[in-house]
Amino acid sequence: MAAATAGYKLAAAPKAGADSQGVKQHATWSPYDDNGGTCLAVAGADYCIVAATTRMSTGYSILTRRSTKILQLTDKCVIASAGCQVDMKALQKLLQSRNVMFQHNHGKPMSCKGAAQLLSNTLYYKRFFPYYTFNLCAGLDEEGKGAVYTYDAIGSYERTGYSCQGSGKDLMQPVLDNQLKAASPLLVPARNSTTTLPLEQAIDLVKDAFVSAGERDIYTGDYVEVLIITQDGIRREELQLKLD
Amino acid sequence: MLPRPTSHSKALGPGVAGPELAVATSAVQAGPPKASAQQPLSGADSFMVDPHCIADPARQHTQYPYVTGTSVLGIKYKDGVLVACDTLGAYGSTKRYKSVERIKKVNDHVIIAASGELSDFQHIIKLLDELTTDDFRADDGISLGPQEVYAYLCRVMYNRRNKMDPLWNSLIVAGIEPPHAGASAEDVSTSDVTFLGMVGMIGTHYSDSHVTTGFASHLARPLFREAQADDMSEEAAVALMHEALRVCYYRDKQSMNKFQLAKVTKEGVSISEPYALDVQWDFKMFSQPTKWAVGAW
Repeated sequence: MAAATAGYKLAAAPKAGADSQGVKQHATWSPYDDNGGTCLAVAGADYCIVAATTRMSTGYSILTRRSTKILQLTDKCVIASAGCQVDMKALQKLLQSRNVMFQHNHGKPMSCKGAAQLLSNTLYYKRFFPYYTFNLCAGLDEEGKGAVYTYDAIGSYERTGYSCQGSGKDLMQPVLDNQLKAASPLLVPARNSTTTLPLEQAIDLVKDAFVSAGERDIYTGDYVEVLIITQDGIRREELQLKLD
Repeated sequence: MLPRPTSHSKALGPGVAGPELAVATSAVQAGPPKASAQQPLSGADSFMVDPHCIADPARQHTQYPYVTGTSVLGIKYKDGVLVACDTLGAYGSTKRYKSVERIKKVNDHVIIAASGELSDFQHIIKLLDELTTDDFRADDGISLGPQEVYAYLCRVMYNRRNKMDPLWNSLIVAGIEPPHAGASAEDVSTSDVTFLGMVGMIGTHYSDSHVTTGFASHLARPLFREAQADDMSEEAAVALMHEALRVCYYRDKQSMNKFQLAKVTKEGVSISEPYALDVQWDFKMFSQPTKWAVGAW
């Protein structure tokens, strides 16, 4: 045995994280990229407003001014996401295929509550390599009242009266807290924080919130898609923001 | 003699040799990302890839690009779409391969072009050739349209990134949708069927009237935003493209004055032979630099 191994010595295996010189290399790439953008959703007594910017960025560059972040599942439910665009598209593709399957299996559209649970489970499936997306699921619940569900990247969610996600959320959330004439979602025990404003005023406030966020957040700008969900269906408006 | 990352100011955007350079996205970083109010990380820093930590001796993952192509530019115009890039394959800072075709025809309706690691691009061409061959064997007159190639490449890039082994390219897909069965090309207006899209290393994708990869995102894209229009004439489009290529050549160290211009119209695909643009280096200050230097000895 000694003769077989004479003159041959296995080199020590390189330490984890070190190259052959024993020098630690630094990380060279990340599977995630933050493509920016902001979305929000506001629930009212009989309506729901969902809005998202259409700017797609990387680093300090704009990739395109027109890229949607909203997926319309049914006449009463939409998903809006901000964060890494490729993860957002993959997630929305998956949700849409589950949505179509549900429709075929059950002969009726998914409820907003069902879609909300589906989104949470889908996100948690990737708990150990998450979808880098910050989501909102919004629409009308089974009673016709506005519903907004807000998520973190791994699927923790709650139903609330209004919420923002994305790069401009910290700029918009306080504006909505102040102006929406609703109980604070932060109170314990939880109170109904659906806004009491009429629809037109709520739409104006949403647009103002985006304009304000656009002033200070470099990733918020270009255009805002505003979807207004009511019993009559979904109406779409577009607001132009500054292109800078 | 492997390429070394060279120090380069990030403020200038992607630069020359090394891993930072070949990628148009901010996915490549010098250190772990830092959380801020504007940029929630939500655990993303745990996913930064240190290639040696995930090294499996039996299998190599892409760690750095080696032979790379620089910017690719694409614009839509009245009759279709133009795509242009230079023919350089750089090996770090060395201009190693000077006749590399970085624009490839997929079929009579679609072209693709790539920046980044050229061997990964060759692999992608092989995959697309398999698809095109299947189309040929089906022999039903139907061929892949640009949106289908784009969607396919999005999934390929995303799935490779999910395996933590990306194809280190930024791809541009350009073309004209083939007419539906029974319809003729004249029935549909060109602007409705022209397609131009970009797919990045981790699968980030978008389509727009003008797309660029690499350095051109900083240099040429603003020129396109100003001057490009979907109904511009071919002369104007080619002139704009040449202007943009000149700027990229002047300001990108890893580029050369030898370009190919590809055009896709309803008539089909044409990729030009490589040609040079007239550029000007005989500025007084360049030709006698010490004469004009302040305090020169």
